[in-house]
Amino acid sequence: MSSLQEKLSALQKQGIEEIKKSDDLKQLNNIRVNLLGKKGPITEVLRGMRDLTKEERPAVGSFANKVRDALTDSIETRKQALEAAKIEHQLAQEKLDVTLPGTPIQQGTHHVIMQTVETLEAVFLGMGFKVVLGYEVEEEKYNFEKLNMPKDHPARDMQDTFYINQDILMRTHMSPDEARTLEQHDFSTGPMKMIGPGRVYRRDTDDATHSHQFFQMEGQYIGEQVTMADLKGTLSFAIRQFFGAERKIRFRPSYFPFTEPSVEVDISCFKCNGAGCDVCKHSGWIEVLGAGMTHPNVLKAAGVDPVKYGGFAFGLGIDRFAMLKYGIDDIRQFYQNDIRFLSQFN
Amino acid sequence: MKISYNWLKEYVDLNMSAEELANKVTLTGIEVDSVIHPAAGLKKIVVGYVEATKPHPDSDHLQLCQVQISADETVQIVCGAPNVAAGQKVIVALPGSRIANNEKIKKGKLRGEISNGMICALQEIGFSDDVTPQAYADGIYVLPATAEVGQPVYGYLGMDDAILDLEITPNRADALSMRGVAHEVAAIYGEQVHFPAVKLAEATKPASTVLQVKVDDVQDAPSYNLRVIENVTIKPSPLWLQRRLWNAGVRPINNVVDITNLIMIDHGQPLHAFDYDQIGGQTIEVRRAQAGEKLTTLDGNDHDLTPDDIVIANDTTALNLAGVMGGLGSEITNKTTTVILEAAVFEPTHIRKTAQRFNLRSEASSRFEKGVNRTDVLTALDHAASLIADLADATVLAGRLAPTAITPENVTVTVSTKRINQVLGTTITTAEVKAIFERLGFGVTEAAGVFTVSVPPRRWDIAIEADLIEEVARLYGYDRLPETLTASASTPGLLTPRQKLIRRLASNLEANGLSQALSYALTTADKAAAFKLKASQPTSVDWPMTVDHATLRMNLISGLLDDLAYNAARKQQNVALYEQGRVFLKQHATTVRPHELEYLAGAITGDWQLGAWNQPAQPIDFYQLKGIVVSVLAEFHLTTAPEFVATARHQDMHPGRTADILVGNQIVGFLGQIHPRIGKQYRLPATYVFQLDLEQLLALEAQLVVYTPVARYPAITRDVALVVDETVTNAALEATILAHGGAYLTDVHLFDLYAGRHIDAGKKSLAYTLTYQNPAATLTDAEVTTAFDKVIAVLETEHGATIR
Repeated sequence: MSSLQEKLSALQKQGIEEIKKSDDLKQLNNIRVNLLGKKGPITEVLRGMRDLTKEERPAVGSFANKVRDALTDSIETRKQALEAAKIEHQLAQEKLDVTLPGTPIQQGTHHVIMQTVETLEAVFLGMGFKVVLGYEVEEEKYNFEKLNMPKDHPARDMQDTFYINQDILMRTHMSPDEARTLEQHDFSTGPMKMIGPGRVYRRDTDDATHSHQFFQMEGQYIGEQVTMADLKGTLSFAIRQFFGAERKIRFRPSYFPFTEPSVEVDISCFKCNGAGCDVCKHSGWIEVLGAGMTHPNVLKAAGVDPVKYGGFAFGLGIDRFAMLKYGIDDIRQFYQNDIRFLSQFN
Repeated sequence: MKISYNWLKEYVDLNMSAEELANKVTLTGIEVDSVIHPAAGLKKIVVGYVEATKPHPDSDHLQLCQVQISADETVQIVCGAPNVAAGQKVIVALPGSRIANNEKIKKGKLRGEISNGMICALQEIGFSDDVTPQAYADGIYVLPATAEVGQPVYGYLGMDDAILDLEITPNRADALSMRGVAHEVAAIYGEQVHFPAVKLAEATKPASTVLQVKVDDVQDAPSYNLRVIENVTIKPSPLWLQRRLWNAGVRPINNVVDITNLIMIDHGQPLHAFDYDQIGGQTIEVRRAQAGEKLTTLDGNDHDLTPDDIVIANDTTALNLAGVMGGLGSEITNKTTTVILEAAVFEPTHIRKTAQRFNLRSEASSRFEKGVNRTDVLTALDHAASLIADLADATVLAGRLAPTAITPENVTVTVSTKRINQVLGTTITTAEVKAIFERLGFGVTEAAGVFTVSVPPRRWDIAIEADLIEEVARLYGYDRLPETLTASASTPGLLTPRQKLIRRLASNLEANGLSQALSYALTTADKAAAFKLKASQPTSVDWPMTVDHATLRMNLISGLLDDLAYNAARKQQNVALYEQGRVFLKQHATTVRPHELEYLAGAITGDWQLGAWNQPAQPIDFYQLKGIVVSVLAEFHLTTAPEFVATARHQDMHPGRTADILVGNQIVGFLGQIHPRIGKQYRLPATYVFQLDLEQLLALEAQLVVYTPVARYPAITRDVALVVDETVTNAALEATILAHGGAYLTDVHLFDLYAGRHIDAGKKSLAYTLTYQNPAATLTDAEVTTAFDKVIAVLETEHGATIR
């Protein structure tokens, strides 16, 4: 082995020692410049090759390249290690208290009444019903007359009415929409299937269970082949969607001037499951909606042939549905809009 | 309607429990609200006999009573009732008994004297004050002398009964009577009703010798019938009658009055009894009141009558409001010896109106309004007369005085099995249908599945085919009807574009931090009229319950401010709300019915950016709100961009911090700070509001979303800071920049606004970034510089801007 090779071996050994010892990137860079730079010892050694014989040169040259490569690799390895360590160190410095609260983002909530409306709308839209919005200030004839409630009909006592004058009033229920839609419907385009959610008004003193303003939803399905069995099927489906599949449902006779036969629908009490408690007044059942087969007089008043066409109508209290579903005990809360109330329904 | 189960069993053979009956009746047609067992919870309450009393040595009102409580036991009971006396049969709660409200009675000492239980008042064993006879209202109850010592008292007092409380719907007024309910229950169980025959013994003296009766208009009283009963002795009713009354929720008064009440409960026919000697003369006339005529009713109230009121009168003076309430002066008293008994059918509408106008709704008037069983009017009258004869030792004069009479007739209705099944979705057979009509007691003939049904007058609610279908359905059982989802043509169930957009607006505002509120649409006249977007006359209801809810809102902001004030009063200071709902506008005061317009409004008070450990709190300001409004307006995709124009025209808004929102030349809304004067009224700090007319916005032209390719060539930006007079608006500068920016200007962005040091007084500096982009090629610096310099030149000349 030539002395040059020995020198190179020594340089390699010494260089690798230094590289291993270096502990920051700047120092490592200095080592690289010192070892492999133009003024470095390796270059120096290679310059000495001029003094070698032609035969010696290739072997020494090849050896020198190996030394250079080994040192370069070593530097690169060390560099990566040091860089990784540096990042490690930096990340260690950047540690957060992840338990500090996040920056507050304001988020509003949808009113529980409208959530209830829209949940029910979704159920009926899915069954092919359309949503119709009528007038809050109605004509007496649509609110009563065309719904088989002529003047002096005792059933008008069931609804205390805000009148604007003797012909115009605040609607007391959502049924006027049914009468109006029925009048306009073209049965050659198919059956009429509609729901109408909205505000209604009654002459009541506001307290925990009464409100002069509340929300109702009515629906009507009139066609050539619509039966009371369809009424049961449709309403059972909707009620189970809203109150839960496990609810028992009971249909019993009732009276509304605009339907005949009329139906009241009860569900098994969700607090006591039918055993009897305060919520269901110890009956095990909770009344949730009224319905019935549309009265022939209502169809006639809308110009619809009651022999050819028939069907059912239903009405339910949105406030009542929301109160039952969430256990809300004071109807006034819906209209006071206490943010602590509203924000619970997100 | 409270139905005594014991009484009902006298008319129909029933042996199920009261609860079972109640459930069946509920499911078949009449809702039973509750079943009450009066004796439930009571224990060891027996008949006692007061052998002797003497004053308590240490009390001025207590008595020491020796009370026999069984055949061989007499005990001392201390009693404080003023009416306790030797010789009475009384209600004794023995030691260890339970009385009303689950109270336990123990043996004890009262002021040193032993008391072995308690002598009870009716209220103490669960009677309500409303039904307790006046004589015993403030003392113990005295049982009849025949009551057996030591026996439980419940049977004597009717407390072993079960009371079914029926909710009668207006169409089933036929069930406002024991007999009507008996028919209903009989139909449900396929039983027969049996009513005892009325046996009336008349004297030979004709009633017509002492009284003349006239009905002015047969329409007012199509059936009017009187009987005259002499030698009446007014006294308390026997216990059997009293128990029927109090179990029906009626207080016993005296025999004659009690009988009229009993007959009303039994037959559903209201009766009235006059004191013959007090009617003034020998004539009774049914006529309309004269204008200006006055009447004092039994309750002591004076009424000014009108010709709409039907009255019962003597020769000259109104005595009664027909079917509604008797007059003061001719009522039955302890001195009455001759009674005129009236059973009638009055015209329902007039009864209803009179009762309403004078606020005198009674059991009688509500029955006359809803109708009575016309087949039973005379039976009810004779039944009452016979009871008065029996229980008041009286003589019934011969004959009814009946100037008008009706012949009740059955109503014939037809229906087919096919039609029934078509409506109900069932497969009920003709035989089943026939059986149902027969159970109901209707006459029925059937040929080829078509029924001709003869409905008796006692079911005056049935007139058309649908009524019969309901009868079949309810007696067949609603629970037996199948549940199907109809097989008819399918229909699309879709929200309209308008409905979808309104939902999107709600989501947008909620994502932006506002919660949805629903306020009252009826409010005060002042609040209704505030914050109007455009002029409108108010709409008010005729008879509001309160001035707070009298007028329909013409804006949504007042309601939201009410809500914010409600929150602020409860220490909720940082609140952001919106409401989507209707306002009610009309141009002319003479118009009755307003237009209903969908509006959208928001109101924010307190901190918008909530304070946190890493950020300071920041109260809501105009620009936060404007950002929200711009975001909402973006949902409409308007082809014409909305403009914000400063305005001082809204008197309820801050004149310097309010902008109208214009699209083209239409004002579609406004936003800004509420006037501090209004803020003070609501006790709110600086509060910002907006209000949009959705009707106008929805009617405006919207553009469909059209995709434009994302530019492939780089954009170049130039920043410029312009110093201008304070009065120059951002909108004016932006408009100029956009108008003169050249073909490649794509965006103008204000990034700084400054006034103060280094800027002359009365001036301000606005700094903009202008973005240029050519979609088809890379822009050169030179092209941008040319365009930029041109804009700057225009800004300098048009707005006197200098470049900073």
